[in-house]
Amino acid sequence: MSSSTTNTTTIGTIGAPSRRNTELAMLIFAVLIPVFAYVNVGLAKDGTVPAGVLGYSLGLGLLAGVAHLVVRKWAPYADPLMLPISTLLNGLGLIFIWRLDQEPSLGKAMAPNQLMWSTLGVAFFLAILIFLKDHRVLQRYTYISMVVALVLLVAPMFFPGVNGAKIWITIPGLGSLQPGEFAKIIIAIFFAGYLMVKRDALALASRRFMGLYLPRGRDLGPILVIWALSLMILVFETDLGTSLLFFGLFVVMLYVATERTSWIVFGLLLSAGGAVAVATFESHVQTRVHNWLNPLELLDGGVTETAQAMYSFGSGGILGSGLGQGYSRLILGIAPKSDYILATVGEEVGLAGLMAILLLYGLLIERGIRTALAARDPFGKLLAIGLSGAFALQVFVVAGGVTGLIPLTGMTMPFLAQGGSSVIANWALVAILLRISDTARRPAPAPAPSTDAEMTQVVRP
Amino acid sequence: MNKPLRRVAIFCGLLVLALLIRVNWVQFVQGDELKNDPHNRRVAIERYSTPRGNIIVDGKAITGSTTTDSGDFKYKRTYKNGKMWAPVTGYASQAFDANQLEKLNDGILSGTDDRLFFSRTVDMFTGSKQKGGNVVTTLDAKAQKAAFDGLGNQKGAVAAINPETGAILALASTPSYDPSTFAGMSNKDAEAYLALQKKKNPDEPMLNRALRQTYPPGSTFKVVTASAALENGLYDDVDSHTRSPLPYTLPDTSGIELKNEGNIPCKNATLREALRVSCNTVFGKISADLGNKKMMDEAEKFGFNNPGINTPVRASESIFPKDNRPQNAMAGIGQASNRATPLQMAMVASAVANGGKLMKPYMVDSLVAPNLNVVQQHTPQEMSQPLSPENAQKVQSIMETVVKSGTGTAAQLPGVTVGGKTGTAQHGENNKDNPYAWFISYAKTNKGTPVAVAVVIEGSDTLRDDIAGGRLAAPVAKDVMRAVLEGEK
Repeated sequence: MSSSTTNTTTIGTIGAPSRRNTELAMLIFAVLIPVFAYVNVGLAKDGTVPAGVLGYSLGLGLLAGVAHLVVRKWAPYADPLMLPISTLLNGLGLIFIWRLDQEPSLGKAMAPNQLMWSTLGVAFFLAILIFLKDHRVLQRYTYISMVVALVLLVAPMFFPGVNGAKIWITIPGLGSLQPGEFAKIIIAIFFAGYLMVKRDALALASRRFMGLYLPRGRDLGPILVIWALSLMILVFETDLGTSLLFFGLFVVMLYVATERTSWIVFGLLLSAGGAVAVATFESHVQTRVHNWLNPLELLDGGVTETAQAMYSFGSGGILGSGLGQGYSRLILGIAPKSDYILATVGEEVGLAGLMAILLLYGLLIERGIRTALAARDPFGKLLAIGLSGAFALQVFVVAGGVTGLIPLTGMTMPFLAQGGSSVIANWALVAILLRISDTARRPAPAPAPSTDAEMTQVVRP
Repeated sequence: MNKPLRRVAIFCGLLVLALLIRVNWVQFVQGDELKNDPHNRRVAIERYSTPRGNIIVDGKAITGSTTTDSGDFKYKRTYKNGKMWAPVTGYASQAFDANQLEKLNDGILSGTDDRLFFSRTVDMFTGSKQKGGNVVTTLDAKAQKAAFDGLGNQKGAVAAINPETGAILALASTPSYDPSTFAGMSNKDAEAYLALQKKKNPDEPMLNRALRQTYPPGSTFKVVTASAALENGLYDDVDSHTRSPLPYTLPDTSGIELKNEGNIPCKNATLREALRVSCNTVFGKISADLGNKKMMDEAEKFGFNNPGINTPVRASESIFPKDNRPQNAMAGIGQASNRATPLQMAMVASAVANGGKLMKPYMVDSLVAPNLNVVQQHTPQEMSQPLSPENAQKVQSIMETVVKSGTGTAAQLPGVTVGGKTGTAQHGENNKDNPYAWFISYAKTNKGTPVAVAVVIEGSDTLRDDIAGGRLAAPVAKDVMRAVLEGEK
């Protein structure tokens, strides 16, 4: 060894470049594309550039700009793709909601509210980046998180259901809240904290049986509890989406923490068993499965919502009918702006546009997992994979449900769909991921000169 | 922990891949099917988003389009003299879809047909709105009017064909309906539509009797039986005596007699005489002598038992049944399970008139693009040859006797050779319902044979004998033939 500064750690002093300028350039696109889309809708619907375009561009630009500056200052090494992708999805979501607001048959305008919630979401995002200096702080709140998550998940049971699913908390005078959206983040924090402590016990204290590592009963306990809890959510709140998300998230994190495939096998067996058990006596679930298997079936001589969504996708074809020129309003009710917003995307920007949007989600998910790979501490790894996994499952469950790949469950497309809780929670999720990625990519401080090394090099004659 | 992380990354990638494959499946593979699903309202929205092309008769449109403010649909169909033309056009309704020519040629009329691709592309570049093409029919407006007026308040139908080409000249059905009354989608349209349904209206005005209703053809079927006798060599000469007893007992029965209408000279009558006075005994015996197989073969050459007669509107299948001997003898005089559409009987007359050659009936001459380019042109096609030319001459000769001095004198036209056959078909159990009056005929001039026609009138309760066809139906046929001949001059 020739130099005294040769470091003995695996982390180089020269870390990844910060890539803040890349982020800025992409943010410009992420703002411009929705602005063009906005003008496009206006031209298609009324033949004129909509009056709100200036305000909207300035608003979205301002939000993106402030977010960028805050990231530059407080998380300079954060992943450069996540903020632009989220901004683009959120911006496009606003356009689609605004576009659907133009259809009188779909009820009152929701875009202004959504813009307000988006602003609040970005504010939340900024607050997390500014005040959460290190994600490891969250580790302290492992058990508090558990309690909060349980309360959030159980609370909707005491409120009346909307459209067959009890996933709302109604606060008089304030509106309603979908606690499931926040619960997914808090639960990921709890799991990450819990598993980081228990992973060795879960991974090693097991007996080999038929090629699988069977965990001990006391270690199997929590997974059974979670399974039972997710079933309870399904039964009492008739919320397929949340229970699937909740359980899938736990299995994924358990697998990553223990590196034992047997957990996946247990997870799949338990979820299959649970799903079959519930499907046999829960009519709500049966209806969903039936609609999934017979999407074009007529009901009382009329076309069902499921069929209308399929017609939207089919009519969009490869290139779509053009923004503002589709008929996805034929999917009546409240869902066109939330659960079914992908049908509008599919119809108006076609297969090409829908694939682009799905790829944006895919990219965002993989950037999240990359953050998990890059994170240096096990808590950060677990939290990042938990958040990315939850996000991925949610995208899959919603998009798969709306396109008829799997039975429909009541969840919203992150960022794209109308819904205050959803947009705020997802901005928070991205903020935490950015914080972890900033920590992971930050160059390690130059190692302190090792006094031992100096000692050995000084050879006294 | 990186190994499981990489696996989770692959798993998430697979989830997104599954979504991508699924949307490709739905939007690309299933796309057209979903897009054109009849329950997909966009199909109707698209159909009524531009003025529809027209259905043309004699160079004039019998349809039109008008703008409406009924929600999604911009244009509404209108019909000129809708009641008269309904059996030809069918209807196109915003609320109740479409049928017949409107439905079959929807692609051309709404302008979405692939064959209009060039025209659509030009429209796209010039920025003009998509336009529908036209359907040019073979119908003759004067003949149609004669047929419709001739039927008047009676329940019945007329089909007229040009025997030389198979072109349909008239297609009337009464009582009729005006498709304009429910072309839109308002409550009024719905009421008008419901009022026309069989449940509310036992007269079934929306039934296209000329193509879609089968009747026992009665004595008009004797033309087919006579043809079968000649073609199979049972008799060679229409003027030599047949071996026909009177009374004639149905085969394989214990003395059930086949009766004639009244006291007519049918014992050993010649074919000419038997057709002239319409002997049941003679033709019942011919059918029995030839047997079910040969009768069926001949009837099928005329177009019976063919479920695929598309004009392009599909005609119901006319039936000459496979049956036992006594029933077969009855079928030979157009009774028992023998059923024919008016179009079918017009085809019988037209084949005889055309020297024994049956031309495929059709009513769409051409499809025309909005820029007046012809997209599709019909060429007359031979369907079959039920009679040799010599035998066709013989059948013509005896049919002409029917009009000259037999039951069909009411169809005589000055200076024109007319051949015909009357018929009165009994129906109902024990013949309790009112019979159907039939008349089939053709008219020949020195220039050719421009028209063959079949008329059926239901419920002629005043007359029960075989003269009914001659009294009620023959004048209508005569008017239709005259209208066509006048147009020829």
